[in-house]
Amino acid sequence: MRKSIRFLLLGASAVIALSGQAMAATELNITCRCVIGGVNSSMAEWIETKVIPAFTAKMKADGKDVTVKLTQFGGADEQLTQQLALDFSSGAGADVSGFDGFLIPSFVQGGLLKPLDEIGGADVEKWDGWGHISDGTKALMSYQGKPYGIALGTDARMIFVRKDLFKKAGIDADGWQPKSWAELLDAARKLKAADPASFPLQINAGVSMGEATTMQGYWMALLGTGEQVTDESGKYIVSSQGILDTLNLYKTVYVDDKLGDQRAQMLGDGRNRTFANFRDGKTAMLIESDWFYRSVTKPGAEFAVADRDNVMTWKKMPSEQPGRGLRGQDFVTISGGTGFVINPHTDAPKESWELLSFMNSQEQLTAFQDIQPAIRIRDDVAIPNSPFLTETAKTLLPFTTARPNDANYNKVSAEIQRMTEAVVSGELTPEAAMKQYKEAVTAIVGEENTISRL
Amino acid sequence: MKKFSLLSTRAGAVFLAPAAALVGVFVIIPFFWVIVVSFTNKTLLGRTAIDPDFVGLQNYFTLFNPATFFARGQFGFSLILTVQFVLFSALIGQALLGLILAWLSQSVSPTLKNFLQTAVIAAWILPEVVIGFAWFAFLDYDNGTLNMIMRGLGLPPADLLLQQPFWVIVVFNTWRGAAFSMMLFNSAFQSIPPSYFQAADVAGASSWQKLRDIALPLIRGHVVTDLILITMWTFNVFTPFLLTSGGPSYRTELLSIYTYRVAFKDFEFGRGAAVGVIIMLINLAFALVYLQIAKKKKAEAE
Amino acid sequence: MQISRSIYMRRAVFSVVASLIGVVFALPLVWFIFAPFNARAELGLAIPSPFTLSNFVTVFQNSFAMHALLNSLIQAIGGVILVGGAATLAAYALSRSSIPGKGAVTYILLLFSSVVSGSAAMVPIFLIISAIGLIDTHLAVILVFAGGLLPTAMFILRDFIDAIPRSYEESAMVAGASPIQAFFDVALPVIRPGIVVVVVWAFVNIWGSFLIPFILLRKDTLMPASVAIYSFYSEAGTPIVTLLAAYSLIYSLPVIVLYLFVNWKFGFRFFGGIKS
Repeated sequence: MRKSIRFLLLGASAVIALSGQAMAATELNITCRCVIGGVNSSMAEWIETKVIPAFTAKMKADGKDVTVKLTQFGGADEQLTQQLALDFSSGAGADVSGFDGFLIPSFVQGGLLKPLDEIGGADVEKWDGWGHISDGTKALMSYQGKPYGIALGTDARMIFVRKDLFKKAGIDADGWQPKSWAELLDAARKLKAADPASFPLQINAGVSMGEATTMQGYWMALLGTGEQVTDESGKYIVSSQGILDTLNLYKTVYVDDKLGDQRAQMLGDGRNRTFANFRDGKTAMLIESDWFYRSVTKPGAEFAVADRDNVMTWKKMPSEQPGRGLRGQDFVTISGGTGFVINPHTDAPKESWELLSFMNSQEQLTAFQDIQPAIRIRDDVAIPNSPFLTETAKTLLPFTTARPNDANYNKVSAEIQRMTEAVVSGELTPEAAMKQYKEAVTAIVGEENTISRL
Repeated sequence: MKKFSLLSTRAGAVFLAPAAALVGVFVIIPFFWVIVVSFTNKTLLGRTAIDPDFVGLQNYFTLFNPATFFARGQFGFSLILTVQFVLFSALIGQALLGLILAWLSQSVSPTLKNFLQTAVIAAWILPEVVIGFAWFAFLDYDNGTLNMIMRGLGLPPADLLLQQPFWVIVVFNTWRGAAFSMMLFNSAFQSIPPSYFQAADVAGASSWQKLRDIALPLIRGHVVTDLILITMWTFNVFTPFLLTSGGPSYRTELLSIYTYRVAFKDFEFGRGAAVGVIIMLINLAFALVYLQIAKKKKAEAE
Repeated sequence: MQISRSIYMRRAVFSVVASLIGVVFALPLVWFIFAPFNARAELGLAIPSPFTLSNFVTVFQNSFAMHALLNSLIQAIGGVILVGGAATLAAYALSRSSIPGKGAVTYILLLFSSVVSGSAAMVPIFLIISAIGLIDTHLAVILVFAGGLLPTAMFILRDFIDAIPRSYEESAMVAGASPIQAFFDVALPVIRPGIVVVVVWAFVNIWGSFLIPFILLRKDTLMPASVAIYSFYSEAGTPIVTLLAAYSLIYSLPVIVLYLFVNWKFGFRFFGGIKS
């Protein structure tokens, strides 16, 4: 008697277990470089407190049982790239991952990403969000015309200025807008004269700041000479007057006139030192993206600037001379974009696409704005309460550009960083550094993909 | 002939099985993968991820390319740097210091011996991230402890991390690893019967003579073991990365850090694998040299 | 009279030298005595006033980081048991065997493991673990560590076991014990100091290791402390010195405790001694 009861119970539990399997929920994993209370905290907060609950509710209303889990990643950008590269190559990893646009070409060529329409099917093309996203911003996460992900937003770069330090040096910051490198350096020299222990100007240089050197430093200067890193046909410019002028600017600032904090460019934690310099009043002009305002210097942050609204303002980055900049511009800027991609091996492709498109819906992006206002990718998402962001978007985005959508860009960027470090440390002359750059880039992309203008 | 003279062959096989399985899967297979990949141009990203070409010895030639060999940030520079690093930090640093410390420990009071050994061992067992940070704080130019002491003594502060990065990592690694050699030699000395030393004392031998004539010859085998291990470990050591990240400007980019950059930042596996193989060959060469010296000395002694 | 004076002199000189070296070694770590208890700790050395435990309170509230300590413990203990067990058995079998080239085997394995512990081999290890389907598990980390540490453990132990004469086991077998009994009852206790060294060394290695868990684990509930320590970096990527100091102290405690315990109970011996 007992034996048969035992069998019955076993059988019953087996049936329950099996049916439980059949009714199992779809579990989606999403990851990004964001930690609540740590790095990119607002993104983590947004996903955890707004996106996930709303998405799960929406799915339930549609009759689907979906759970979403956020894996917060706290390491460096590079480490996340390493993990993603390993995961995508072997079928592991989260379904939706945070991703920087400029990695897309090399991932796609390595077979590590699939176009969105291949993963999500016909729904992708029908998504109404595309209508609210400009071609330029769509291109941030595309390669050869096909989108591989959706960017969350974009940004622009400018010079951040400490009005109070300018006042001490006798310059009226509100009325000041440099129109050439000479005017920029002039202001820096006046500031240095007023406070010889200061480092008035910060243009990122060196290897330890990584892509921040290339984008916030090198590009901002190079664009002012009228050139980009590649020419119109996509060939890498390895020797030119523009490169020399940029390197000479670095030399003037860091080696000749000591207008910048040379040591900070070379130390491992250099970027933080430059932020501390700005906060503590040792640096009066710092070239960075709007992230610096939104996140780094906001009240309560480690590098918060005291009395920020009265003390900090921003100016456009000038070309070398008026009219000399890219496309004949007087002022220059460059934009990047990070967003999210879908794992090519996900076992829930339709749901992953739904999550991705949901995140980029008007309601969700607006919810993000409430947590941290930024320039979002959709034109129907307003930038609330932030005159700074509205102004900078309106002023700078019209004349911005983006990095080349090329698989070799990352390696070339590393060579750019080395080139700036060689000049800034005083080790090589600009000519010798450019020669080293030419050799290195030729070895990376092959001579047929380079062009020398000098 | 019985293979395992004490154990039965079956028991012997069972004893070896777990280690063999683990080592087979996690050491031997990856090892051969690394060798094979070193002959290709496989990368993780880009076209060569899905379609790598077999390039024969190309990776090795590129690494030893005379045109770029000595350039900073290239393999050759890293190799020379690492050899110097091993020479100063492992051989002269850790082994010699370990020997001196062990010898000192034999002749000082137990309290002092405990203090000394605890300090040295603490340096070795604390997690790397922790000591990396401790040294970073120690050497900081503006506020670090070292410069506080220098200023206290009236000396100018030293910007060591930027000006003398190589010596910083040499000292750092010596500090970090001396404990192992110290403990090894300590045990070795303790296994020498005290009567040998007592006899020498009676004959009026100095400490140096006792070390040279009695202790060293008896522990020769252990010296060789120590040298082989620490040379290999130091060749592969990655911890200085936490202090300098290989910088400034690649000045402290040891081979392990160079490999990390090539294999994990640039994702060039083929080249990274080639470096790994070269490192192994160098370690092999060192080991053979040590063993030869040991055999020669043994023959001399007999 | 002369002899004892010179011995006294020598002892004094040695003591001074030893003390100096001891102090120099301890110097970089002095910061850790004060910083965790200082609510405004910075890179510089400062006596905190007041001594406070507030940093520790904040750290304890970080459940991710505290759980990470448990994960480190699981991985380290698992790894140590596996390495200790497998290495002892294998080293014993090798040492007591007459397999030709057994010495070479350990050296070769040692060389192989030196290649595999470098960054280049992280990829095949990742691929192997993913093929077995163990990505993102504690077991994967334990197995990989065990594999990597085994050659060196065997190398150290074999040396140790070789120094013990076979007469030990042989006399036990003459008295009627089977070879396996002889191993467990006679040889093992004598090998124990060597095993202790291997256990401590393996524990220390696993406890502090970053790269392997980073490559093989994804869920934040499995991450060990060596990875979790980076969560004490701020939004901008700078270390939050106060919390980092406190967490580092907690993170270091287990290895310190282990060392003290082992030292007190067993003492550190690298080689078997008939004379002990």
